[in-house]
Amino acid sequence: MTSILADSIIVEFPIYGGKSRSLKHTFVRAATGGLLSRNAAERVVVRALNRLSFHFVEGDRIGVMGHNGSGKTTLLRVIAGAYEPVGGTISVVGKVATMIAITLGMDPESTGYENIFLRATIMGLKPSQIAPLADEIAEFSELGDYIHMPLRTYSSGMAMRLAFAVSTSVSADILLMDEWLSAGDAAFSAKAQVRLNSLVDRAKLLVLASHDEKLIRKNCNKIMRLDHGEVVGFEAVSAQPAGRLPFAV
Amino acid sequence: MIKVDMSPFRQRLNLALKDIKDGVCSFNIWVMLGWLEIKQLYRRSTLGPIWLTISTGVLILGMGPLYGRLLSQDLSRYVPYLAVGIVLWSFISALITESCNSYILAEGFIKELKLPYTVYVLRVVWKLLIMLGHNLVIVVLVLGYFRPSWGWELLLAPFAVLLIAINGLWLGILMGLLSARFRDIPLIVTSLVQIAFFLTPIFWKPSMLGEYQWTANLNPLFIFLEIVRAPLLGEPVHGYLWMAAFGVTVIGFSITLLLFSRYRARIAYWV
Repeated sequence: MTSILADSIIVEFPIYGGKSRSLKHTFVRAATGGLLSRNAAERVVVRALNRLSFHFVEGDRIGVMGHNGSGKTTLLRVIAGAYEPVGGTISVVGKVATMIAITLGMDPESTGYENIFLRATIMGLKPSQIAPLADEIAEFSELGDYIHMPLRTYSSGMAMRLAFAVSTSVSADILLMDEWLSAGDAAFSAKAQVRLNSLVDRAKLLVLASHDEKLIRKNCNKIMRLDHGEVVGFEAVSAQPAGRLPFAV
Repeated sequence: MIKVDMSPFRQRLNLALKDIKDGVCSFNIWVMLGWLEIKQLYRRSTLGPIWLTISTGVLILGMGPLYGRLLSQDLSRYVPYLAVGIVLWSFISALITESCNSYILAEGFIKELKLPYTVYVLRVVWKLLIMLGHNLVIVVLVLGYFRPSWGWELLLAPFAVLLIAINGLWLGILMGLLSARFRDIPLIVTSLVQIAFFLTPIFWKPSMLGEYQWTANLNPLFIFLEIVRAPLLGEPVHGYLWMAAFGVTVIGFSITLLLFSRYRARIAYWV
C-alpha cells in the first residue's frame, strides 16, 4: 500500500558562517568555555519545516501550496529521502521518483546518448533496464543526429528536452514534482504534456508543489497549504471526490 | 520503505552499516561516476591522464639517479625502490586528500537524491584505482628493466593494493564527513600530506636511520606502502607489517562507524 506518513517532522538548516565552521573556533570554545563558548557556538538555525504531520495514501493527488520559502521543496526533499528530519518520523512506502532537478547527473562533455545512461543510472536504473529505453528516449527527444553530439553543444531547450525525456521514462508509485514540468517549443510541449500526464496518471500518489492555484486545482484532489514551514490549511478540491482527511494537521 | 527517526545508537549503527552495504552494492553508479571523471580528464586533451603518468615518470627519472648518488645507493636497486614508492605514494596521498572532498563535491547529488553516502566515497576510490592503473606502466617498465628476483610474495602485492583501497573507504567516509562540517580540514590535510612525503620512506630507506630504524614502523603510511613495495622488489615483508595494516584497518573502520552512525543524517545539512 503506497503511503506517506509523517508525524511532526522538523527540518532545521544550520547556517554556518565562516566562524562556526572553522576548527579554530571549536577548539577555542572547548578551551575557554563559559560566556565565550556560547558566543562561539551561537549559530542561526532556519526551521524549514515545523512539526509537520500528514498522511497521504494511494489515490491522493496532493497539491502543496505556499509562498517562496514556505518549505514546499524542502518537504519534497524530505519525502525523497535526501534530508532526514531532525525531529519526528516519516515513513514512505512505495518507489519514489522525483522531478525536482531533472538535469542532475548529466555531463556537458558527454554525448546526448551517453547522458541518457548517466541520468537514468542516477535515477536508480540498472544498465539492463536502460538499454531497452534508450532508443525510445532518444526518439522522443527529437534531437536527431545531435543525440551523438556532446551535451554542451545543445541549446538549453534541447538539453531540457533530453532531461525531460529521460526523467519521465520511468514509472513510480510516488511522484514528486516541484512545479509542473514543461520543455521545448509549442509542438514539443504538447507532446511532453501528454507524456507527463500519462506518468502522473500511472503514479499511485502525486505530490505537486506549486504556487499556481489553477494548476493545482486542475491536477490535484487535495491541497495542503504551507506557510513558514507549517501546515496552515488542508482542503479537498471540490470538483473531485474528496479523499481521506489527514489524521492530524 | 524509508523509516527515519531520532533513534538510539543501535538503530543509527544499523543505518550506517546499511549505507555502506547499499553503497558497495550500487557499484553501477560509482563505477560510472568514477569512469566519468577519468573520461573528463581525457576529453579534448590528446593524452589526458597519461600526462600524470609522464610527470611521475619524469620525476622518477630525475630523482632516481640524483638521490641515488646523494645517498650513495646502488642505482639498480634504488631506482626501482623509488619508482614503486612514488607511484604508490601518488595513490595513497590522493586517497587522503581527495577523500576530504568526497561529500563536498557531491553536494548537488546529496541535496536531491536518496543515495547511500558511501557511493560518493567509492567513486573517489575507484577513480584513483584507475589512475593507479595508468601509473602501473611506470612500475612495469622499471621493474622489467631492473628485474629484481621475485619470490612468491609477489602474489601478495595485489591484495595489499586492495587493502589500501579498502582503507580508502573508511578514510573517505570519515574525512568526507569531518570536511563537510569543518571546511579547514581539506586545507590542513593537503599541507600535512606534503610534509608526510618527506617523513615517509619513499626516497630514503628506513635502514638509513640506523638505530632509529624502528621509528619507520610507527608510520601507518609506511606500513601500507611497504606491504606493496617489498614484494614488488622481491624483498620479504615482515609479518608484523601485515598485522599492523590489518590493525589500522580495524581501528579505522571502528572510529569511522562510530562517527558515521552518529552524524550520517547530518551530512545533507552540512554539504
